[in-house]
Amino acid sequence: MSDSAFAIVFFAIVGGALRVSTPFMFVALGECLTEKSGRVNLGLEGTLVLGAMTAYAVSYHSGYPWLGVFAAGLSGAVLGAMHGYICKLPKVNDIAVGIAMMLFGTGIAFFFGKAYIQPSAPRLESFSLGAWTGNQQIATALQINPLLLVGIAVAILMAWAFANTKWGLIVRMAGDSAPAATAMGVSVDLVRFLSTTFGGFLAGVGGAFLSLFYPGSWNQGLSSGQGLMAVALVIFARWSPVRCIIAALLFGAAGAIGPALQSVGITQGYYFFNAAPYILTLLIMIASAGSKRAMRDVPGELSITK
Amino acid sequence: MIGSLNLNRRRFLQGTAAAAVAGTAGIRLAQAADVTIGIVYVGPRDDYGWNQAHAVAAKALKGVSGVKVVEEENVPETDACAKTMESMINLDGAKIVLGTSFGYYSPFMVDMAKKYSAVQLRHAAPLWTPKDPKNLGSYFGYLNQAHYVDGVAAGLSTKSNKLGFVAAKPIASVLSNINSFMLGAKSSNPSATVQVIFTGDWSMPVREAEATNALVDAGCDVITCHVDGPKVVIETAEKRGAKTCGHNASQAPLAPKGFITGAEYKWITIYKSYADDLAGGKALPNMVSGGYEADMVANSPFGAGCTPEGKKAAEAAIAGLKAKKPIYTAGLKDNKGKVVMDKTYDNLDPYLDQMNYLLEGVVGSIT
Repeated sequence: MSDSAFAIVFFAIVGGALRVSTPFMFVALGECLTEKSGRVNLGLEGTLVLGAMTAYAVSYHSGYPWLGVFAAGLSGAVLGAMHGYICKLPKVNDIAVGIAMMLFGTGIAFFFGKAYIQPSAPRLESFSLGAWTGNQQIATALQINPLLLVGIAVAILMAWAFANTKWGLIVRMAGDSAPAATAMGVSVDLVRFLSTTFGGFLAGVGGAFLSLFYPGSWNQGLSSGQGLMAVALVIFARWSPVRCIIAALLFGAAGAIGPALQSVGITQGYYFFNAAPYILTLLIMIASAGSKRAMRDVPGELSITK
Repeated sequence: MIGSLNLNRRRFLQGTAAAAVAGTAGIRLAQAADVTIGIVYVGPRDDYGWNQAHAVAAKALKGVSGVKVVEEENVPETDACAKTMESMINLDGAKIVLGTSFGYYSPFMVDMAKKYSAVQLRHAAPLWTPKDPKNLGSYFGYLNQAHYVDGVAAGLSTKSNKLGFVAAKPIASVLSNINSFMLGAKSSNPSATVQVIFTGDWSMPVREAEATNALVDAGCDVITCHVDGPKVVIETAEKRGAKTCGHNASQAPLAPKGFITGAEYKWITIYKSYADDLAGGKALPNMVSGGYEADMVANSPFGAGCTPEGKKAAEAAIAGLKAKKPIYTAGLKDNKGKVVMDKTYDNLDPYLDQMNYLLEGVVGSIT
């Protein structure tokens, strides 16, 4: 590989991490919060799709993309609240409800989204961290959307809150031991309801990024499973908000490898390189899951571990 | 005799449906030669791509007097498509049903053809063989000819001489579009090359956007594609300041600055001929296919990205294709150096349908 080809691939990977990672980040953070409270919400794929559609539609009608982002969050919160309420009922399995919510979310998104495939809505603006270099390639690779920064800020805030605030402690307690929380006089159902609702809000915002920034249009194949992948990233990040950010960035970067290598003429084996994110995730999972430390981070109340 | 009174629900529905059809058919006869055409789509009709190309033709068909069009979109390639077709036949009285997605054919359309021998079924991919039912058939267009014209215009509209192609999967029809695009570009600009990126799937919007960005980063200043919905590719390229050529339907509104032209199907030619044959009581052909020479493909109106020389050369190329000027000439090599065209092939030659290589001038690999 020549120097210029190496530079192209390098900047494509950095750019890919910054462009592609944001939806993964928001969904993973939402799921992280939900799972910390002791529930699994597999429905976030549907939330992501509904968020993308809502954001696009609201941005189109109002002309304000940020209003679209907020509306996407609200639509996600509604789906999250539905999941949270249904799971409160006796003998309801949260995984099964999650799958139902996933189909429900994509279904209503497709139903209401039909009218928005053709029109063009105002998109979110971005700014470049690399504009000062005067190099077009670097400037493009370092295009940053404010939502990425919001995501990172939310992650740091969440990590701090889990460790240092009473609210964080209550969420963790509900997730680790429901009897202990009940004994403390905390309503476990309410905590989980609120956590799932806010988790849904975050996932909806992630959807807004898809339709309003990158790839930046609404169509039915938009998510292609990213919401599900992000749920898996939470396990990969071992329920740490900050590690969710790293996992999302890594996943975005790995996803850019396939197209970037083909663009510089390394064209053999593109199916393999396109699978890079998944292979990487698996490898790191295998490498990290072996340690005893890994199990220590699992919330004790999760139905998958109980 | 209780058993015979035990009405099976399905039978009952079939019976009432048949009665309804008989009723409406009577009315139709009174109106003289009214033809109902059913069209089934796999995705939304306005996807700026494959489905839209069919829907544009369906819309034009509605304007033809004596023709009624019934449509259903978002029909998956499962039992659902059989049910849709059945209801078009039984409830809407469709005389011909057009299935526009690859996976509808076998077993669903084959079964439908056997079950409803009085109804014509046609499928938009070259799958029909003489062994299949006679009331079933295939139609398709040689879109590679329009991609060739794209290439001619792109070759004279590029500054970097590097053209980018975002492709879904390395199957023959995709490879033929890539190769034709490159040959068109080379014919107008011998130093042009085409760089291809395969995404591996028909609809992967994020990866399509990544591929477009990667091509622009690698210096390509014209981008085209063969994916299900070209919207993301065209919009991303436009945002990056690259010029674009379209695919399947017109994407001109998506790229007001950089659109050159695009390869479009002209399904209305085929649909209109079906309607005419049915109205005239003629037997429908089982296999209909063609390119520019049969008016079955077209190019989108030239956009702001096309240079005047590019437009002139593209129009000349269209005239050539209409006169059946061959695209694949003797001696062409694949990009590994092996001669793959032992002679000059006619544009519709079946040999070209077996294409499994990228020609010299295309940077990329099919594995």
